Amino acid sequence: MAGLTAGIGLKPEHYDDALRCRSAGVWFEVHAENYMIEGGPRRNWLEAVRREHPLSLHGVSLSLAGSEPVDPVAVAGLARLVRELEPALVSEHLAWSRFDGSYFPDLLPFPRTAEALKQICANVSRVQDAIGRSIAIENPSHYLVLEGHDFEEIEFLTHLARRTGCSLLLDINNVFVSARNTGTSAERYVDAFPADHVVEVHLAGHRPDPTHGQRLLIDSHDTAVAPEVWSLFERLVARAGPRPTLIERDAELPAFDVLMAERDQADRRLLLREAKVA
Amino acid sequence: MPGLRDFQARFARDLWSREDCSSTSPLANQPGFSVYRNTVMAGCVDALAANYPTVHQLVGVDCFGDAATAFVRKFPPTSGVLAGYGQGFATFLSSFDAVAELEYLPGVAMLDRIWTESHFAADDTVLKPTDLARLTPEGLSRTRFVLHPAARWQTFETMPIYTLWQRHRDGLPLDVELDWRGESALVTRPAGAVAWTAIPHAVAVFLSSSASGKRFDQAMDDAATADGADDASWLPALIHAGAFARLEGRP
Repeated sequence: MAGLTAGIGLKPEHYDDALRCRSAGVWFEVHAENYMIEGGPRRNWLEAVRREHPLSLHGVSLSLAGSEPVDPVAVAGLARLVRELEPALVSEHLAWSRFDGSYFPDLLPFPRTAEALKQICANVSRVQDAIGRSIAIENPSHYLVLEGHDFEEIEFLTHLARRTGCSLLLDINNVFVSARNTGTSAERYVDAFPADHVVEVHLAGHRPDPTHGQRLLIDSHDTAVAPEVWSLFERLVARAGPRPTLIERDAELPAFDVLMAERDQADRRLLLREAKVA
Repeated sequence: MPGLRDFQARFARDLWSREDCSSTSPLANQPGFSVYRNTVMAGCVDALAANYPTVHQLVGVDCFGDAATAFVRKFPPTSGVLAGYGQGFATFLSSFDAVAELEYLPGVAMLDRIWTESHFAADDTVLKPTDLARLTPEGLSRTRFVLHPAARWQTFETMPIYTLWQRHRDGLPLDVELDWRGESALVTRPAGAVAWTAIPHAVAVFLSSSASGKRFDQAMDDAATADGADDASWLPALIHAGAFARLEGRP
């Protein structure tokens, strides 16, 4: 990860801009599943971007937090991408999205029990063995108050990292959204997160639910990073130092320059911290 | 506390239940549950809209949403790779009441489908006209034309569905009087981008026979029974369109 500063999520609309981009340390992240295709222009575009810039593969469908073993076809698809693209980072979520033959395009919650920890450790290990490297696991957004947890989320992720050797991806917008939705403290979460395991940070925008307003925030990735999320990011960077940081935008895509300006805001905060340490 | 599997089974069942159904599960009655329900459905419907853009354009957002939602409930995705989602959507549309009078819609969906398949198909070499240069007529007869992985074709027996689809795809107004008869279409990926063209029915037969492993002379015999067979004057255009990867079985 050496040399990675701040990056942006890459969408097809920005392929040409990304190819031409020369900002120092910039990198791009894509959803791995969108490139688990046989060939064609989409793969060619990504390979062209990869020749110019570091790349991060972000999986959204492996369903690590499910009771079933990860789908071998999906894991093989990820392994092929990792082999062919040699990404700087590979990540997935602490969530499930597959059950009994169906795939649900979302990151679904589960009770963090000892049983779940054992199954998720097994799934993370299966993936890491197949791709021959460690992956970073991301804290999800929460919209429900679930009963029956044996572990706090941070405790659960720490066990997961220690047992499997995986690293962690801290999504600060998810922390903010989850804290608001479940009545917990985002500051305490960020302060307690095991920084030693963090190899990547995500920043994104959120929106109030159209019906429930500010009491239910949606991790929508369709707007700029909120001021409260920037504050939490500064808080993390002050404590833990700089980490490769991604501006995620999946909808209402602005011009490339607008996203890059937001990326530069993250980059300035990382550089400021580096300057202080020096 | 139920085990993880039981928790998932109940959660999955509640995800597909309708918002207005009162659930027996307290979790599904929390306001936040609808976020998951909406995200899952929107993810599936958006994937169908991406894979069937001409159908979407023809029927409009609301009608497409109704048809797609009904399809998703019946055939949820089985893979996280949504680029392949929607196999069977064309057949489903033919039995979906709200669009039943649009007889051409399933055919339009078939063309959207083969466009998507072509777009994501494997890369391969593309046969060049010069690859045929040293073939004798007899050699040509015994040669097999191996289809390019991105080549797809479709025949419509009674309706000008290709013209309808192509005018939408190319952003042209439907201001021409449609000649109401069958058409065949070829979709290929000659130079990195998907391309499409009308072909005589006989050419579609030739392509299907070639794809099944038949030699040139056998495929030509099969094509001879179909409309537009004449001679092989269309072969250079097929090669130019990138329909073939290579020749096999050259003497």
